[in-house]
Amino acid sequence: MRIDWDSYKEITESLARNKSRTLLTGFGIFWGLFMLLFLVGGSRGLEKILANNFSGFATNSTIIFANRTTKPYRGHGERRRWDLDLKDIDRLSMMIPEMEVVTPLLSAWNQTAEYDEHSQDCYIKGIYPEYASIEEPMLKYGRYLNESDCIQERKVCVIGRRIYNTLFPDGGNPCGTFIRIGPVFYQIVGVDISSGNISINGNMSRTALVPMPVVQKLYRGGSRVDLIAMTGKKGVKMSSLDDRIRQIVAREHKFDPTDKPALGLVNTEQLFGIVDNLFLGLNILVLLIGLGTILAGAIGVSNIMMVTVKERTTEIGIRRAIGATPRQILGQIIMESVTLTLAAGSLGIVFSVLLLEGLEKITSNSEFGAAPFQIGFWTAIAAAAGLAVMGVLAGLAPAIRAMRIKPVDAMRDE
Amino acid sequence: MIIELKDVNKTYFGAQPLHVLKGINLSIEEGEFVSIMGASGSGKSTLLNILGILDNYDTGEYWLAGKLIKDLTEKQAADYRNRMIGFVFQSFNLIGFKTAVENVELPLFYQGVPRRKRHTMAMEFLDRLGLKDWAGHYPNEMSGGQKQRVAIARALITNPRIILADEPTGALDSKTSEEVMALLAELNREEKVTIIVVTHESGVANCTNKIVHIKDGVIGEIEENQLHNASVLGAGSIMK
Ligand SMILES: Nc1ncnc2c1ncn2[C@@H]1O[C@H](COP(=O)(O)OP(=O)(O)OP(=O)(O)O)[C@@H](O)[C@H]1O
Ligand SMILES: [Mg+2]
Repeated sequence: MRIDWDSYKEITESLARNKSRTLLTGFGIFWGLFMLLFLVGGSRGLEKILANNFSGFATNSTIIFANRTTKPYRGHGERRRWDLDLKDIDRLSMMIPEMEVVTPLLSAWNQTAEYDEHSQDCYIKGIYPEYASIEEPMLKYGRYLNESDCIQERKVCVIGRRIYNTLFPDGGNPCGTFIRIGPVFYQIVGVDISSGNISINGNMSRTALVPMPVVQKLYRGGSRVDLIAMTGKKGVKMSSLDDRIRQIVAREHKFDPTDKPALGLVNTEQLFGIVDNLFLGLNILVLLIGLGTILAGAIGVSNIMMVTVKERTTEIGIRRAIGATPRQILGQIIMESVTLTLAAGSLGIVFSVLLLEGLEKITSNSEFGAAPFQIGFWTAIAAAAGLAVMGVLAGLAPAIRAMRIKPVDAMRDE
Repeated sequence: MIIELKDVNKTYFGAQPLHVLKGINLSIEEGEFVSIMGASGSGKSTLLNILGILDNYDTGEYWLAGKLIKDLTEKQAADYRNRMIGFVFQSFNLIGFKTAVENVELPLFYQGVPRRKRHTMAMEFLDRLGLKDWAGHYPNEMSGGQKQRVAIARALITNPRIILADEPTGALDSKTSEEVMALLAELNREEKVTIIVVTHESGVANCTNKIVHIKDGVIGEIEENQLHNASVLGAGSIMK
């Protein structure tokens, strides 16, 4: 079949003949495509927003903390208190060679940071420099804490975004400035503006990172720590180390290794796995809804074309009587169907692209961080190709029916 | 012999079988101007549809321009209809959403003639039939006579050797009927087109050169009518 201006005109002419019907039919397809692409883009953007929350947090890490025991063990009663301490760090890193980093965290809660007349509630987190591989910093000014800060027990800190914004409303580089937290003056060495919402013992934006030994001496005393965070070497699945971690810690602190509640153990890998599954489920749902809507639209097109063909029996009979081959009739009906689906569907693509563009603009300057809602170029192309195929399929049944119309049929029922 | 029918039979298998054509034998020479007359239901339209390959016959032979028309593929049949035969119908059968000139162009569209050429040719034919000013009008904006002339232009545009007309004046008043018949006569005279007209009006039949009577599914009397005096009312008038 030739596809030229003439065929095109034949097609648009028939479609334009019953405009409201064509519009309503096209709307089904339009809506289906719009829904599909908008949902696909939307869920992707949402996923990215959530990923932004996790950003900077090691995805393959384990965090442990002490709880009361729940089982009696070797003469110790249950509900006994115990604490993780600094020796556990060396033990774990020595006995489990798969460990990359084993680093403690010690917090001081309910602090207030003050500078000039400004003040801000905050937490102090005592850390070693290796902690950077658990919660990746995003430094705006200055540097992270380093070895010598810890060895020399310097009273220095890296402050989070919220603290920075409150204490230094005029902006500028605060490094070198002394701020007071509680009774102690700390010199600022860096500003960490990382925005991840997953963080241990308090959000980074309200945190002042201080060398671990300083926190131990000034706030807590002893060698106990709140948490121990660990990451594995490349290719090591942290969840596979859970049992060994439990064994080592339990033996040292004399509790039953099978006493799971005694040792709190959080595996980020599993946490992320849950989120991944959630989005997999969401994506499948989106696909089902979108494809279902499109399918309904295509069936609508097929249905309406069927009615149209019936109504056009005389016209098609006349065309056959003056020399149209059944093939030409088949081609025309299919092309009508393809044109209708493609035109309506493309409009759906354009609309969803525009709306997603808007969403992207809105989120780009929100606190969640930028998220790519927009669907890809090839997704759009694939959608258009799929539309064309669907148009052919939708047109097939009506076209075959039209093809069966005989020239004599035009002469009847006048 | 452009048309030759040998013992052609046709039965409609409806609620009960209806044997409509019961052995039709008929020969028509190239360039003849023939009418087929008969009572309502005698099978005139059925015969004409078979002649135009719009419909099939059951048994017998139909030779068209030396070729046996039997078991043609749809494509061959479409080609014959398109190039060899032009149709004119009682109800005009124009396509309502196309203008006069677009209707006339349509057979050429199916031949694959380019748009410009098609348009020029269609305008020429409309001009010949005095409808140049109506080219851009839709069928429902035209009178019956004008519509039938558009239909005739559409039938003529592919330069067919045969024109088949099924009651072409059936929906027209007597004056317009005369005009249409005069037009067909002129085409037959000037262009030597073979024309077969089905009618049950004796006045219309009287305009043709030969009148074939069909009765109960067989060919009856065949009148030569070169002098156009078959009708009691004489030549040159059609009584409605
Ligand atoms: N498709 C069909 N199926 C069944 N019967 C049909 C069909 N077409 C026509 N007939 C019957 O065949 C007979 C001949 O029909 P035809 O149309 O050839 O008559 P006609 O001579 O043209 O009549 P008229 O002058 O009324 O147009 C009629 O009895 C009609 O009812
Ligand atoms: Mg009839």
